Amino acid sequence: MNGFFDIPSDLQHSWSGLIGLHLREALLPVAAGLLLALPLAQLCVRFRRLYPPVLGATTVLYAIPSLAFFVVLIDYTGQSELTVMIPLAVYSLVVLVPAIVDGVRSVPGETLAAATAMGFGPVRRYLQVQLPIAAPAIVAGLRVATASSISLVSVGALIGNQGALGNLLAAAQKYDRPELAVNAVLTMAALAILCDALLVLLRTLLTPWMPRGTRRPRPAARSRRPEPEAATR
Amino acid sequence: MIRIDSVTKRYPDGTVAVDRLSLDVPDRSITVLVGPSGCGKTTTLRMINRMVEPTEGTILLDGEDIRRRPVTDLRRSMGYVIQNAGLFPHRTIVDNIATVPRMLGWGRQRARKRAAELMERVGLDTSLAERYPYQLSGGQQQRVGVARALAADPPVLLMDEPFSAVDPVVRKGLQDELLRIQEELGKTIVFVTHDIDEAVKLGTMVAVLREGGRLAQYASPAELLSAPADGFVEDFLGADRGIRRLSFLSSAALELTTDAVVPADASAERIAASGARYLLVTDPDGRPLGWAEPGELIAGDIRTDRLLPHGRPFVPGADSLRVALDCAVLSPTGWAVAVDAGGRVTGVVSQQAIGEAIRAAHARGRTDQAGVAP
Ligand SMILES: Nc1ncnc2c1ncn2[C@@H]1O[C@H](COP(=O)(O)OP(=O)(O)OP(=O)(O)O)[C@@H](O)[C@H]1O
Ligand SMILES: [Mg+2]
Repeated sequence: MNGFFDIPSDLQHSWSGLIGLHLREALLPVAAGLLLALPLAQLCVRFRRLYPPVLGATTVLYAIPSLAFFVVLIDYTGQSELTVMIPLAVYSLVVLVPAIVDGVRSVPGETLAAATAMGFGPVRRYLQVQLPIAAPAIVAGLRVATASSISLVSVGALIGNQGALGNLLAAAQKYDRPELAVNAVLTMAALAILCDALLVLLRTLLTPWMPRGTRRPRPAARSRRPEPEAATR
Repeated sequence: MIRIDSVTKRYPDGTVAVDRLSLDVPDRSITVLVGPSGCGKTTTLRMINRMVEPTEGTILLDGEDIRRRPVTDLRRSMGYVIQNAGLFPHRTIVDNIATVPRMLGWGRQRARKRAAELMERVGLDTSLAERYPYQLSGGQQQRVGVARALAADPPVLLMDEPFSAVDPVVRKGLQDELLRIQEELGKTIVFVTHDIDEAVKLGTMVAVLREGGRLAQYASPAELLSAPADGFVEDFLGADRGIRRLSFLSSAALELTTDAVVPADASAERIAASGARYLLVTDPDGRPLGWAEPGELIAGDIRTDRLLPHGRPFVPGADSLRVALDCAVLSPTGWAVAVDAGGRVTGVVSQQAIGEAIRAAHARGRTDQAGVAP
């Protein structure tokens, strides 16, 4: 009998295997995007003029339909997982760069000036002050990137069955088994919700220093005046 | 000593924030930079720890150009306190305070122990140690800021309007605390404020800056109040400069009279003999009870509940002439009550007598700053 969890053999994976595959194809690009976004965002914070062009460029990249992206990449990376993951990493990057930049910029000028005055070098200040304080904003970016990545993986079904759970959608049509489509949609939704919950938990663990309930930093500075000398940034 | 030697700061946009400023900051004392907004106080302060580099001129620390030292070393040897404290929101109070010691390579235990010690020194309950900054009041945060700056026991403390964001009562407490800590620790402090009262209260020396970052006057508070260099300084000192100057005159020389002081069990002769318009009645320990006219007092039956309030007394020598005058002005009889440290009446003095003392002090042209707090 053709049950809800009976996956056609041509997909070469069980249901749980598809889930693992899906998570890998969705989350590795987010991780890669984060790794790229951190230094890029720091460059944008340090050299303010860099930010508008970077933002423009990433927005243009985001506007490219994923399918077009895949088609271009197939020439180089073939019908592989990598072809799916590269565009997803780029989309994550696009979401994460502004999130990190805004987060880092939200660090109160007084806090930064105090760090500089205490003898923090730029790297130490970035790692020990700016990044931790930007953590809530970064996690917020990760939530968006993760959710969209999980849903976008399924488009990979169109290039040689690289869509993990998305492949079930194609299979549903091919074998006329609509329950497979339902399975795919529900499973992806559940994965997205689960990942989101984990990220919320991560944020809670990372930010014991935020006022409870609001989970937003109270504007520490009552007055936010421009700080003398841009070098304190 | 910090020597600021004809230092100019011109920002890239052409703003001259500090203009050929020369200033010697003496060791182990509080030097205050005061002036209207935008006159270059913060810029000057930040040139001392090289957060801002001068365009021209040099700054010497104990005779050595500050540019000769690695900048992070220089900064770690100078505590810095900032308006709104600038605490790290993501670190607990104890970790905030232990920041610089940890950077200097102290072990975790030692740094935390030092932090706890400092919390006590600045008047913070150590039960707050594991809290985060958002769980503290503004005044408490400011204390943490001071403790953090003191953590590695730097010889120099730079303070940029540290108390301006708290209410006047808390501010006064913090100022008193700073003076007390300074008495114990003897740091070289450069203190920025735009509040001339704060400058006069805290400063051993006060530098008044004017717009464009030029030095208008550099003098002790008493000298500033008695001889402002020009109209700008005079305006900046405000309309009650004369009264405030009294803060620096000692009340020790006031001539007290005890003729008008009678104990509550005084005889009829004693009451009649005084000849004063008002009598100050004291309890058996010599503490003041209140004022009365001689005619209202019946020997053996003095109704202490009918007496006029005696107001706040002053302590000759410990309080300034300003306090003595204030006591006299507030007294219902125009006479100020003098007491010793134990609160026992040592005599009374009239507004006229205080006026005489002020004139005499001005004539002497000498000021007695020692032991007198405004
Ligand atoms: N990074 C900067 N670039 C250009 N101009 C600046 C910069 N920082 C400060 N200024 C200007 O330099 C002047 C002095 O600034 P500074 O912050 O030192 O003043 P301040 O005396 O501390 O004022 P306040 O009492 O308002 O804090 C001001 O006119 C200010 O606008
Ligand atoms: Mg300032």
